[in-house]
Amino acid sequence: MIIKQSSRIRPSEITDRDVWLRRRQLIKAAAAGTGLALGGASGLAHALYTGPENHQRISGVRETGYGRGLKPTAYRHVTSYNNFYELGYGKREPAENAEFLKPRPWTVKVSGECNKPAVVDIEDILKIDQEERIYRFRCVEAWAMVVPWVGFPLGAFLQRFEPTSRAKYVEFTTLYDPEQLPGQKRNVLDWPYREGLRIDEAMHPLAFMATGLYGEVLPNQNGAPLRLVVPWKYGFKNIKSIVSIRFMEEMPLNTWRRAAADEYGFYANVNPDVPHPRWSQKRHRVLGRGLFGDKEDTQLFNGYAEEVAGLYKGMDLRKNF
Amino acid sequence: MRLWKLPVFLAGLVPLLWLAWGVYQEDLGPNPVEYLTHATGDWALRFLLITLAITPLRRLAGWRKPMLVRRMLGLFSFFYASLHLIIWLWLDREWYWAGMLEDVLKRPYITVGLLAFIMLLALALTSNAFSMRHLGKNWQRLHRLAYGAAALGILHYIWLVKADLLLPLIYLAIFGLLMLLRLPGARRGG
Repeated sequence: MIIKQSSRIRPSEITDRDVWLRRRQLIKAAAAGTGLALGGASGLAHALYTGPENHQRISGVRETGYGRGLKPTAYRHVTSYNNFYELGYGKREPAENAEFLKPRPWTVKVSGECNKPAVVDIEDILKIDQEERIYRFRCVEAWAMVVPWVGFPLGAFLQRFEPTSRAKYVEFTTLYDPEQLPGQKRNVLDWPYREGLRIDEAMHPLAFMATGLYGEVLPNQNGAPLRLVVPWKYGFKNIKSIVSIRFMEEMPLNTWRRAAADEYGFYANVNPDVPHPRWSQKRHRVLGRGLFGDKEDTQLFNGYAEEVAGLYKGMDLRKNF
Repeated sequence: MRLWKLPVFLAGLVPLLWLAWGVYQEDLGPNPVEYLTHATGDWALRFLLITLAITPLRRLAGWRKPMLVRRMLGLFSFFYASLHLIIWLWLDREWYWAGMLEDVLKRPYITVGLLAFIMLLALALTSNAFSMRHLGKNWQRLHRLAYGAAALGILHYIWLVKADLLLPLIYLAIFGLLMLLRLPGARRGG
């Protein structure tokens, strides 16, 4: 008797990026051969089709031990399922509208409670030693993925500007330009998007500034040219396309808390025991795993409790959600 | 009569076949459960609004033929609402009853969604000649629940979105228009 064992790994999970690129080229060739006009046929197909090949590889990326053993989510999922309202309100739309955003030239203004405020050019930021870190990413909407980010630790970067003793918090702001970020033409949120960290959170070794993923510069839909990555917090803390960093004495009012303070807090630490008012946070769905068996238990601080729990010693995590 | 029913029946199955094909091809995006949940919920609402458009069409345009398929359209709404509920129970909540009970009691968007489904269930169970005969005048009263189901279905949608209300508000506007057209003043003379 032959017992056919179906593979536990789904094809969608294991597409290697190079294989995928080659497949894209085949599709491209086929399309050219049949004279198919792909442009505008399907926004997503178009975005995926023109996107990644154009992305520049980041050279000299140092490997690190972060996330060794984690299995990164397929590139096409990471870059086609995004919450970036400024580029569109659906999950696919940011990829479809990616070309609106122009990540060059770009500067980041660093100001507030520091001795050396500055306006930093993105080209200089890219000269910082770049390293790869594979982090779990958990959205407040109860889905998750694993992303191989490229970038640099946030703390060392912030130290350059010599924050003073009054710098208790750091506020980050996304670009405001409705031409480049057409979602800002609608007042769904109070633009520009703002996020914040307590200074000790920002200085924590896990806090990261990403300039790329999968070894390439960030696709626009993922927050080019510079975004925050704080892996123990919900995804919305990871502000995209940053143009301003400000050291503050007062706690900044982050955008989602301004929109609905009963649902989104300042800390937004991943915590299975503190439900969102409208849904449970006990489990989440891992992207790209198909219909069944795609859910797993959410861990406190998204599995980084050992590293970061000390930051919140003595705090009531239910109140400070 | 056949001429009307078969095409509408086949058209009603198109979303189902489309979704089934997507499942088979694993082509529903990175989060297929969310995709299926949203798609079936959308189709339940769409079929319900189409069903509610039949009476104004008759009154205003004098178009009577669609009356023949009104029941079928309403049943399609129930069908997609059932799929929506099953996907939630099975793929989303994984038959975790305690969690579901908590959801139903504590999360208003789920409470109203479930109420809308129960209304559709009552309508579906009585969508037959036998019930019409036996319920008499009460049948018509009972079937006004369709308005309640649509209103609660849209409320369910409004309450579940995070910030972008555009789509549920479009449904609400269509529903509002269909209700306005039912006012006595909107009827054609006679």
